[in-house]
Amino acid sequence: MARVKFLCDADRCIECNACVTACKNEHEVPWGINRRRVVTINDGKPGERSVSMACMHCTDAPCAAVCPVSCFYTTTDGVVLHSKDLCIGCGYCFYACPFGAPQYPKVGNFGSRGKMDKCTYCAGGPEADSTPAEYAKYGANRLAEGKLPICAEMCSTKSLLAGDGAIIAEIYKERVMKRGYGSGMWGWKTAYSDSPTG
Amino acid sequence: MPGSLSILKLDALRSLLAALALLFVVAHPAAAQLSFKPTAEAVQEDKLLNALKEGDKISGRISIPDGMAASLIQPAGREWRDFQRSTLPIIGGVSILGMLALLAIFLMVRGRIRVEHGFSGKTLLRFASFERFTHWLTATCFIILALSGLNISFGRMLIMPMLGAEAFASMSAYAKLAHNYLAFPFMLGLVIMFLIWIKDNIPGRIDLEWIRQGGGLLSSGKHPPAKRFNAGQKGIFWIVIIGGVLMSVSGWYLLFPYMLPDVTGLLFWTVIHAVIAMLFIAAMLAHIYIGSIGMEGAFDAMGTGEVDLNWAKEHHALWVAEEQAKANASANRSARAVPAE
Repeated sequence: MARVKFLCDADRCIECNACVTACKNEHEVPWGINRRRVVTINDGKPGERSVSMACMHCTDAPCAAVCPVSCFYTTTDGVVLHSKDLCIGCGYCFYACPFGAPQYPKVGNFGSRGKMDKCTYCAGGPEADSTPAEYAKYGANRLAEGKLPICAEMCSTKSLLAGDGAIIAEIYKERVMKRGYGSGMWGWKTAYSDSPTG
Repeated sequence: MPGSLSILKLDALRSLLAALALLFVVAHPAAAQLSFKPTAEAVQEDKLLNALKEGDKISGRISIPDGMAASLIQPAGREWRDFQRSTLPIIGGVSILGMLALLAIFLMVRGRIRVEHGFSGKTLLRFASFERFTHWLTATCFIILALSGLNISFGRMLIMPMLGAEAFASMSAYAKLAHNYLAFPFMLGLVIMFLIWIKDNIPGRIDLEWIRQGGGLLSSGKHPPAKRFNAGQKGIFWIVIIGGVLMSVSGWYLLFPYMLPDVTGLLFWTVIHAVIAMLFIAAMLAHIYIGSIGMEGAFDAMGTGEVDLNWAKEHHALWVAEEQAKANASANRSARAVPAE
């Protein structure tokens, strides 16, 4: 089985936010939650770069490590998913996540934040694939249909890559060789302990 | 057409101006310094990560309204994860199991501390009903808060294998609700306890003598004099007040997580909350021990509120003297108030 990952080629990202919008639309994500977001580093300064970031589906995921009810699981593809039936909305995954991926539908007074929501790599949740119950809780299950995540699929500059980690890393390396520069595979060091561009 | 002609002229003028401006920019030394090679100066995750201080994060600008989402990578989360998974279980295990072991050893070596002169049958009011109510309000909240809090830290390790994931998750959801809501009566109890008992808990010279004699805990027949509260009880009072305040302040931030601008502050307060909680629970175990199985006659103080006179004389000789002096005074007053026929 392939180990799927996300890779954002920041030298190609034009901060159009189409990935953010497509994700919200595909999964009918609740108001106030953005499973994916685009952050601009050094805005307006030399070396400005925009990076599209969502759950990185970490190896040995910190969210899964700290969850008090152990609601996370990793699929055979390396996608980190969680069960909203088990989630108690404590916020621990949000504390531990290096990428700010876990979010809550309610602004939490008295800790009533609701069930955590995050990027599913368009792979749904523990419910049976492509069922209305799965859609209502986790959104579309594109992986079950043999498709890749919508954000990467529709990225107009092909900045955001999704798929087998080895293959997308190879594509990125080829790009860096060809154009002679690259700002690195954002988040890979933190998520997979891989050296960027290495 | 004259209109389009003038536009053409204007365009020509504009491009001329633009060319001049460009020439000026290129020739101007200050502007020349601004020129850069975008590829050579591109920001790199590695460089930014290396420049980070502890608890720092890589953040930028974001166009969605959620300002917190502007934080891109926050490596501090990993240290917090290590704290949760490795450090906290050690702190909790050592303090709680260590305290239980100490108490067990103490019980084996010293045994139950008896009322030396036996029960006299006469009792003295030690805690009035409002004091007992406040104690038990706070105590009940504390026990539920402690158990539901320990469930968050250790439940996955100890309870989940017994109950199964589903039952454990729904139990934990209720435990979390209890934890969130019982925090408020706990804080109320804390405030009242502070107000009603502070006057008897100011440390004094007499406490030094109590501490010097080890509270008479280690040898029977030795009872250092004490007023209403001895140095050990004053210690418990201040542990409860200071620990309770730390738990309340840190817990308040966790109850209202968006009071803080970013997650780094929340990480700090969860660590404070968890570490203080473990030490607090350990201290309260000692308090529960000495108030129940550890000492004969002690539970009555918070049970019925009436303690045996011999118990009181042994453990709080000065307090008994004060109470009896007060009783005599009021008896004299009432005797005087009623005129003899």
